[in-house]
This record gives sequence, structure tokens and C-alpha cells, in this order.
Amino acid sequence: MADSVSQSSWRPSADIAVLKQRAALLAKIRQFFAHRDVLEVETPCLSHGTVTDQHLHSFTTVLSHPGSADATPLYLQTSPEYAMKRLLAAGSGPIYQICKAFRDEESGRFHNPEFTMLEWYRPGFDHHQLMQELDELMQQLCGCGPAEKLTYQQAFSHQLKVDPLTADIEQLRQLAIERGHATLVRHEQDKDTLLQLLFCEVVEPAIGQTTPCFIYDFPASQAALARLSDKDPRVAERFELYYKGIELANGFHELQDAKEQQRRFEQDNHKRCLNNRPQKPVDRHLLAALQYGLPDCAGVAVGVDRLVMLALNHSRIDDVISFHIGHA
Amino acid sequence: MASYSTNEFKAGLKIMLDGEPCNVLENEYVKPGKGQAFNRVKIRKLISGKVLEKTFKSGDTVEGADVVDIDLAYLYNDGEFWHFMNNETFEQIAADSKAVGDNAKWLVENDVCTLTLFNGAPISVTAPNFVELEITETDPGLKGDTAGTGGKPATLATGAVVRVPLFVQTGEVIKVDTRSGEYVSRAQK
Repeated sequence: MADSVSQSSWRPSADIAVLKQRAALLAKIRQFFAHRDVLEVETPCLSHGTVTDQHLHSFTTVLSHPGSADATPLYLQTSPEYAMKRLLAAGSGPIYQICKAFRDEESGRFHNPEFTMLEWYRPGFDHHQLMQELDELMQQLCGCGPAEKLTYQQAFSHQLKVDPLTADIEQLRQLAIERGHATLVRHEQDKDTLLQLLFCEVVEPAIGQTTPCFIYDFPASQAALARLSDKDPRVAERFELYYKGIELANGFHELQDAKEQQRRFEQDNHKRCLNNRPQKPVDRHLLAALQYGLPDCAGVAVGVDRLVMLALNHSRIDDVISFHIGHA
Repeated sequence: MASYSTNEFKAGLKIMLDGEPCNVLENEYVKPGKGQAFNRVKIRKLISGKVLEKTFKSGDTVEGADVVDIDLAYLYNDGEFWHFMNNETFEQIAADSKAVGDNAKWLVENDVCTLTLFNGAPISVTAPNFVELEITETDPGLKGDTAGTGGKPATLATGAVVRVPLFVQTGEVIKVDTRSGEYVSRAQK
């Protein structure tokens, strides 16, 4: 990764022509929200609290206090979600943000540890209305047709002939073994890991190839910050957008219940403990804001680099960012 | 032998898989936005030569393979083994036909070849990128023909058969690219 400094390593990863097209796409995004009266906001990249999610790894830094030996640990945001929800609770109305997000241990063809995120929130929307709005944005930016919509259950059972909501861990293990993943799954005890493996390896390559595809109503065990469905508590009102084999966006009909949110944070930290991962300080400000009252709303985060990559028909994220991490 | 985490996998790393040393060719990081990360790794099994894709849970560790590449000069073939020598220590190593494989036809005495050793024993032999070999047999070809007409087959001293331009004749020494098996030029005297 840390490429040695060579004669050409000062050069941008992306062509200047691509950077111009990228700027035009960003301008289009801002126009899209300006037309809809969604307010552009900025929130801090550094925070005292951070995500507890066991699969997200935040970068840490320290704030030194002049004249004192004390130093306060701070975290770089993995998304602006918590701060934006505090704005919503304070009465901001609909808001969006284009900002940098940071995730350690994420680097590859479609990942850069520092990346650009578009995140927006719509009070009064549920996840279906927000999918509709994201669909319109996609059509404007990528010139694609309207997106297809499938529930997680439909997509999974269509490809794998097994219902992901009722299947037990042994059934899923068997499916993975049949597809050549015996070593990986032999000792796996986590049903979600098996679901995620099968989804990545079998479902993702089969969806959203010609037009974007929304997958919604994820298993409740993968709810993250989404509320559970009133109609079917086995699923959460969460969605993801896939296009040309790439995951582009993740959205929620947002959880409003502060107690439930706190319980999920604690459960995450408990899982971290079991997996020998360090526990993370819960964002107290977010919990206080939820207690005060988050309006009924839906929110979504879109990977802008990936979106630009797809809109401009490139195959690597490095092609559309000025300097990838190896040359940063 | 050291263990390697999937995050350390990169092209060229040698790991053990199903009891066989493998060379990592590509490592693609795959991660659902909210969920377990995986590494989809393309590997070549070094003994069977098979290329396959394998998915690992990100962060899982795999044992490294005790595989090293060394440069040795080719000496001779005794009918069963090909013998190589370290030009500095004069230590000799013999490789069998499984290790040498198709590359036998590119082995020229005193040329320095790369031997891949697994636990000290050769598992593959790679000839230099370019070798010079004498043509032992080729059709005389027509007078006046020049390069660019598709050429003709020529048998070389080691038994290798390559396509050469029509103007090249039996007894001449030619330069061949061993990676593609293609004629490059007449050898420089």
C-alpha cells in the first residue's frame, strides 16, 4: 500500500479531465437538493464518541491541552449520521451533507480509507419515499432507468432457494459449503456472517446489473440504526442500493427510540468484547438528542466516489479520486 | 513459518492452502456496508499450477509457505534430473521433471534460471526471459522472402519449436522470448 516514492508518485490518481467531470456531478447533486429545499450542512469530522458497530473501525487521534499532560481521545467520523441526527432533533428540517468519512482497514478496488459521502435526511419520509428520491437522483446523475425494488427475503430466496428469515445456521452453512466456502464457514457461529457471505457471493452479482436495484427490509439482526417493521418484526426498515455489482448506498427509516438505541450500542460493545475487539465509547450526545426527540424521518448515505466511478464508467475508485491513500 | 492476515495478502505472497504452497495473485476487499468484510483472493497453487478464487473472512490468518526463489546456473540433464549450481557456493541442486515441466525446452547450459524451492526442494524452474538457441532444423524457405509473411516452424537444439521468419536458416543462433515462446531476433555475435 505505502508505495515507495517514485518519479511519478506525486501525480494524481485521477486524470484532470475526470476531476472536472466529478466537480460537475457534485454541482448537480447540490442543485438537486437546492431545488427540493434541502439544507446543506456541515458537521465535525472529529468526535468524542464513535460507532460501536463491530465491523466499522474508526481512526483515533488525540486532542492535547496546552500546559497539561492530559489528552482527550477523539474519533474521525465513519459517517456524519450522529451529528446530523442532533441537527434534526434541534429542528433543522430536511438536511444534506457532502463530507469526508474515514474507515480504517478499508482499502481496495472499491474502498479508500478516506472517502466522500453524501448523506441526507428527510423528516416525514419513510424508507420507501426516500428510495424514490434516491432513485430520481440516480437517474439524473447516471442516466440510468428507474430502479428495481426487492425485499431482502425475495432477492435471497430467489437466488438461493432458501428463506433467509427462517433458515437456521446449519442450512446456511450447507449452502456456503455447496458453493466452495467450506474452510471459511466450518466454525462460523454467527448467522449474520453466513448471510452476508452468501449475499456478497451469490446475490450481489445477480442484481442491479442493468438498472440500479434496491434491497429493503433487511433481517432485524442487521438493523443497524433502522427501526424494526411494525408489520413484520423479523425485518428492519433498512435498504441498500446496488448498481453494476457495487453497493452504493445504505438507508434507514430511522430508529427514534433512545432506549432501544442504547440497547443496540451496548449489544455491539458486548459482541466486540466477545470477539476481542476494543469497546467503543457510545455517543452520549446522540442518545440525549434521541431522548429529546428525533422527528420521524428517513436517511441515507451514498458513497460519492463509487457513484462518480459508475456515472463515468470507471472500474476503480482510484480513477476518480485525486490522490488515493497510497499516494496521499 | 509466520502467519499472515488476509489484510497482508498481496500479489507474490506465498501461503499454505489445503497443504499446498500457493502464490497470491490478487486480493480483492469485499465488504457489505454494514457487516462482515471478506477478501476474495485469487491464488495459484504452486505445485499443480491451478488458479482458483478463495474467499476469506477479513482478518483471518493463514500460514505462510516456506517458499523461496533462488538463481542457479543450469548444468546438465542426466536423463532423470536437471542439475543446477549456485555459482558462488558451487552447491548443486537437482530438479525432477515435475518441477521443470515444459520449461525443459528453454534450459541452456550456464544460463541462470530461477528455481522456486518449497521446504528446500525445487517445485518450479523458470528459464531466463530470453535465451539463445541454435536452429537444428527448418525448411530452407524461398529466396527473396522477407519477414512479415507468417514465417515457418524451426526446431531448436533443445527440441523447442518456434515460428521464425523465412530468412532464418538451419545452423543460425536465434534469440527467443521464453515467456511467449516467440522469436525475437538473430543472436548478436
